[in-house]
Amino acid sequence: MTMLVLSGIAVMVVGFVLRFNPPLVVVAAAAVTGLAAGMDLHAIIAAFGKAFNDTRYVSVIWIVLPVIGLLERYGLQQRARELVAAMKGATLTRLLVGYMLLRQLTAALGLTSIAGHAQTVRPLLAPMAEAAAAPATPAEAEEVRALAAATDNIGLFFGEDIFIAIGSILLMKGFLEQQGIDLAPFDLSVWAIPSAVAAFAIHSLRLWLRARRRA
Amino acid sequence: MTGAAMIGLAQVYMLAGLVFAAFAVLSARDASNPKRLANAAFWGLLALSMLAGDRLGDFGNGLLVLALVGIAAVKGLGRGSQSPAAAPRSGKGLFALAVVIPLAALAGTLGFKHFPGLVDPKQATLVSLALGVILALGLGMAWLRPRASEPLEEGRRLMDAVGWAAVLPQMLASLGAVFALAGVGEVVGQLATAIIPEGSRLGAVLAYGLGMAAFTMVMGNAFAAFPVMAAAIGLPLLIHQYHGDPAVVAAIGMLSGFCGTLMTPMAANFNVVPAALLDLKDRNAVVKAQVPTALPLLLVNIALLWFLAFR
Repeated sequence: MTMLVLSGIAVMVVGFVLRFNPPLVVVAAAAVTGLAAGMDLHAIIAAFGKAFNDTRYVSVIWIVLPVIGLLERYGLQQRARELVAAMKGATLTRLLVGYMLLRQLTAALGLTSIAGHAQTVRPLLAPMAEAAAAPATPAEAEEVRALAAATDNIGLFFGEDIFIAIGSILLMKGFLEQQGIDLAPFDLSVWAIPSAVAAFAIHSLRLWLRARRRA
Repeated sequence: MTGAAMIGLAQVYMLAGLVFAAFAVLSARDASNPKRLANAAFWGLLALSMLAGDRLGDFGNGLLVLALVGIAAVKGLGRGSQSPAAAPRSGKGLFALAVVIPLAALAGTLGFKHFPGLVDPKQATLVSLALGVILALGLGMAWLRPRASEPLEEGRRLMDAVGWAAVLPQMLASLGAVFALAGVGEVVGQLATAIIPEGSRLGAVLAYGLGMAAFTMVMGNAFAAFPVMAAAIGLPLLIHQYHGDPAVVAAIGMLSGFCGTLMTPMAANFNVVPAALLDLKDRNAVVKAQVPTALPLLLVNIALLWFLAFR
């Protein structure tokens, strides 16, 4: 095995830095990596195609768009903004910290798909966050929307591993089992709690500091 | 798969294929989009993948991906003009409809477990998501009384706004498969082991935690990084040589990887897709919003490894 197979990683980094079209960069990286490992083009294309077909479930989420589009056409985003504007004491920090807590708790119960960027962040959380933050410039409005998406990710990632039947826990259990170490899923998931608490504390502190800087 | 009547991935892919096919047809008819045929071909190929991917063969699917990439890179996808918004309806009704999909996903994930003959238990969440979409659409049509094509039109407009980013997560997962075949993981593992000073427990903890984060950033996925780093450092050094608690080493190692997921455009579905969905000009805006949380959190995770694994 040679270091040459790492050339695909270099292609990815250079491609992203130079802002080439990302799908093109990904295919180029796959081709370079495969060729470096001595695969022929036919085998590389077939391997890529097989994995693409096996991971179609990732793209199923887009079927929610007709519902979201319909609701937005009849004013969902506007109503979400009005709801926050009418609430006394609604601040960006409180809104995002509350959402993160809810996301962490539900993910810890295994309910990872009840929220997400298409289902909840775009139609609800992002407009609410904008209304609560009352951004002064379009650039600040973009930053607030990005923070809303970031908060969803952080809540999800540092909640889901507390659930015993989530994919990553089963992966770890399977790996350790192969090495002769037998653990119950609960032994693993309980050690996700300190990091979950730390994620909540760090992100909340950041949001609070951001608000204080602007006050 | 046991019974033929069981609802599973096949039916969900069928529905998704029909939705993408509708997006393709509506794109082709959108005179306000200068690149309407490129959009139509792109969503049409995705519909083909959903409807007939299992019959195209591995090489055929590979060619389909190359065609998608060709359209995105050479022609590019376009966007049509926005239709004027309808008069806003009552907030209560809209919010109620908005939570139909999450609630259906919740109810189905919990409930379908008790009907293993009806719904494939492994796919309960995806099936309930699809059922939730159908239910929400039915209720929305009955209450709002839009033109029949309106939901698909509006969905297609959102889809065009997302553009090629919609298939990036699937493509990156496929790149991971090629990396695995080429043995990238083994080489990275050897490199990581080579840089640890002999006999340094702290060096091993640092290399394991930082290595999980860094290799996750490359692969876009902590699942791909974990077996590599655990086999190279976690198991031989932290667990066997220094007698660390395997549960702590595994669990917190994985979470160090999750910190890496927050810092990479390679985790496209979490970091690039929302930038497109939220109309952010900077494709990396979500990553930038996450780095100031992810870095201190990575340090905390490495400290937790150090203090909890070797009690």
